[in-house]
Amino acid sequence: MIARDTATATLPLSSSAAQVSAHGWGWRHSGRKDFALRNVSFDIHPGERVLLLGASGAGKSTLMAAMAGVLGGTDEGEQEGSLSVDGLDARAARGHVGLVLQDPDSQTILARLGDDVAFGCENLGLPRDEIWRRVRHALDVVGLGGISLDHSTSQLSGGQRQRLALAGALAMQPGLLLLDEPTANLDPAGVREVRDAVRRVLDATGETLVVVEHHVDIWLPLVDRVIVVAGQSSEGLGEGIVADGRPEEVFDRLGAQLAAAGTWVPGRQLPDFSAVAGNERTENSAGSADDSAYSDSSHRSRTVLSTHDLSFGRDSQALGAGLNLEFHSGEVAALMGPNGAGKTTLALTLAGLLAPISGTVDYHGDISRGVGDADGADASSRRIVNEPIAWRSRDLLGRIGMVMQEPEHQFVSSSVLDEVMVGPRSMGRSEDQARHDAEELLEQLGLRRFGPANPFTLSGGEKRRLSVASMLAAAPQVVVMDEPTFGQDFTTWTAMARLIARIRDEGKAVILVTHDEDLVTTLGARRIMFAEGAQR
Amino acid sequence: MSDVSTSLPSSTAALSAARSAASPETVVVTARSVRVEPAHSSSESWFIQRINPVSRFIGALLMSLPMFITLDVVSACTALGLELVLLWIGGINPLRVLRRTWPVWIAAVGGFLTVFLYGKASGDVYFHWGIIDITQGSVSLSIATFARVGAVAMPSVILALGLDPTDLADGLVQLLHLSPRFVYGGLAGLRMMTLLKEDWHALGLSRRSRGLGDGGRVRAVATQSFNLLVLSIRRATKLATAMEARGFGGDTDRSAARVSKVHAVDWIFYAIALAIPVVALSAAVVTGNWHFAFGSV
Repeated sequence: MIARDTATATLPLSSSAAQVSAHGWGWRHSGRKDFALRNVSFDIHPGERVLLLGASGAGKSTLMAAMAGVLGGTDEGEQEGSLSVDGLDARAARGHVGLVLQDPDSQTILARLGDDVAFGCENLGLPRDEIWRRVRHALDVVGLGGISLDHSTSQLSGGQRQRLALAGALAMQPGLLLLDEPTANLDPAGVREVRDAVRRVLDATGETLVVVEHHVDIWLPLVDRVIVVAGQSSEGLGEGIVADGRPEEVFDRLGAQLAAAGTWVPGRQLPDFSAVAGNERTENSAGSADDSAYSDSSHRSRTVLSTHDLSFGRDSQALGAGLNLEFHSGEVAALMGPNGAGKTTLALTLAGLLAPISGTVDYHGDISRGVGDADGADASSRRIVNEPIAWRSRDLLGRIGMVMQEPEHQFVSSSVLDEVMVGPRSMGRSEDQARHDAEELLEQLGLRRFGPANPFTLSGGEKRRLSVASMLAAAPQVVVMDEPTFGQDFTTWTAMARLIARIRDEGKAVILVTHDEDLVTTLGARRIMFAEGAQR
Repeated sequence: MSDVSTSLPSSTAALSAARSAASPETVVVTARSVRVEPAHSSSESWFIQRINPVSRFIGALLMSLPMFITLDVVSACTALGLELVLLWIGGINPLRVLRRTWPVWIAAVGGFLTVFLYGKASGDVYFHWGIIDITQGSVSLSIATFARVGAVAMPSVILALGLDPTDLADGLVQLLHLSPRFVYGGLAGLRMMTLLKEDWHALGLSRRSRGLGDGGRVRAVATQSFNLLVLSIRRATKLATAMEARGFGGDTDRSAARVSKVHAVDWIFYAIALAIPVVALSAAVVTGNWHFAFGSV
């Protein structure tokens, strides 16, 4: 009797923090030769807050899914060793572990805010009063308490939806909270929202936390332990757990090694890839003798793209209007601002993929030369020549390249190598040439060993790099990239930044959509900020 | 709303300065709070709003099934008239009803024309040309067809409009005791349809950007559909993972956060839903217009 009374009288969301133990644990995805992760052994004690680090593709997400018990059965892969939560096999403990992933789309389950949070509690078979008490409390803790329970989940911002997912996990009083790059898709304000919400959750519950995140600075103030994992394919560090300890210990002792292996260590010096000063750039144009703009060194940067009184939006609903922007060769321009403001929509419009609602997007100089020639279209018409939305799809190749927000939208082939060869092939390159170009790009982006793999089997960060490689293979003059550095470790991030700098220094125009402040600083990019206007 | 300005570097010469200037260029966009769509209600009718979603389904069946056993003008028109009046009382005026259910009336006109022009000849012949035979019988039968399609389909559509899928799922599980695994799995899948629409759009844009967007429309749709299939399986897998991580499909019996109950108003609705065909069919019998649909005539 008494024991039961005290149990119900405890804090609404307090739960007994869970213990996680791995002994020689490993996992091999079916259809893959190598283990994604192997020889993983650790004991995470109740209430510990762990930052899980590792290079892109090291198997961090695999380990997280395993701890959440959702890695799948024997048909999806082979497990060795053991992984337990509170002494139970992780699969049996499913539902007692809260998992928050990076993509809000795939973890919003129901249409109304309150119902979505209640979903997990219903699955635990809790009584109704208890469910709603927990729902309200969980929403309060993550800072969504002010929103009606009937609010549509599809109308929340990215940061709000991640906090909603957190509330859904929290309401189940899981004892172990797993966060897999929960802020990767968010703007800086959203990142802070989620981090602060997690801090409040931990203060209120004392739950055990494991968080995966490349940008350690966000979470470092919150964690008391760092575990670094390396997959079989990771170089230099060995395999399994390569570092484990208090953050300062790990970074002091292994900082240089970790940094060399691609980990973002705190206080890391960013490389400087800002534009080279002055005339160096002209040497790149040596190959194009007929290019008057390049050889005229007094105009080393010319306008390649401008918008005139542009209204952009989707479904004829304008997000922004009256836009007059210019973009220049040899320049990186970054479209920045909050989630959902319309950066991606503008990028797609600039790339000739979405029609402007009104006004024009004009390409200048010799970029548009030769557009429409092949099928004898009326190339004398100004519209056909300058406005990319009127171009044929094939005419975009070699002129404008687009890296879509979601890499999976871009994949059209069944192997990584073929994926990169699509552009060169369509442009009429020889098979040997196309293969050569593709392999070179894959090498630069650290993807060469995945040549025969299916693009969909890559990790999030690897998919992102592949989508960049396949776009660059078509040798565009203007490059538009939506979040190019998403999910990258320090090594791949640096490679990506260097690649963008090189494209810029070749005299191409680069337009980025990004939340990555470091990237913009490193590249010395021009900032174009999106801001919401006053209501009415 | 979308009044917007942007500062722009006017000349290339000024550009380098503008680039390193402390104040960046700004694109002003419509505030997101202005873009929010209005909340939708589960029906325009104050009465239908209160009915359990499952009752809405059963009521529609009760109302329409009996209407199939006779083919006369009187019962069809009586039912249609009653329904329009009742909906008016329920808060939706007839004009609104017609506007909301326009596809029904296109179908009804189609039925009308078919029977009018080609229906079985009987009674006086008004007009004859080729296989077109307009007779007294075909005229009355075509009017009956028109009214019947309307009387059956119109209330069903009105009842289905605005139906909340979550509430329906709750009703199906709690009242009809369907498997929660099946129902809530389907419900989550339904939410994915919007995502798939966005995926389709993005796939089209991506193909265009990659130089694959020209050429035959049919082939484009075929390959794009395949890509969408691959993506939808990916999405479904991710969604299933997220649902499993929240304990869905476990051994524990699922409880319900929302109550789906049948109230007095549902029984009133059932009574009305039954009364309409009863009155309509009686009117047909009393006036001697009964025309059994499955008879030998």
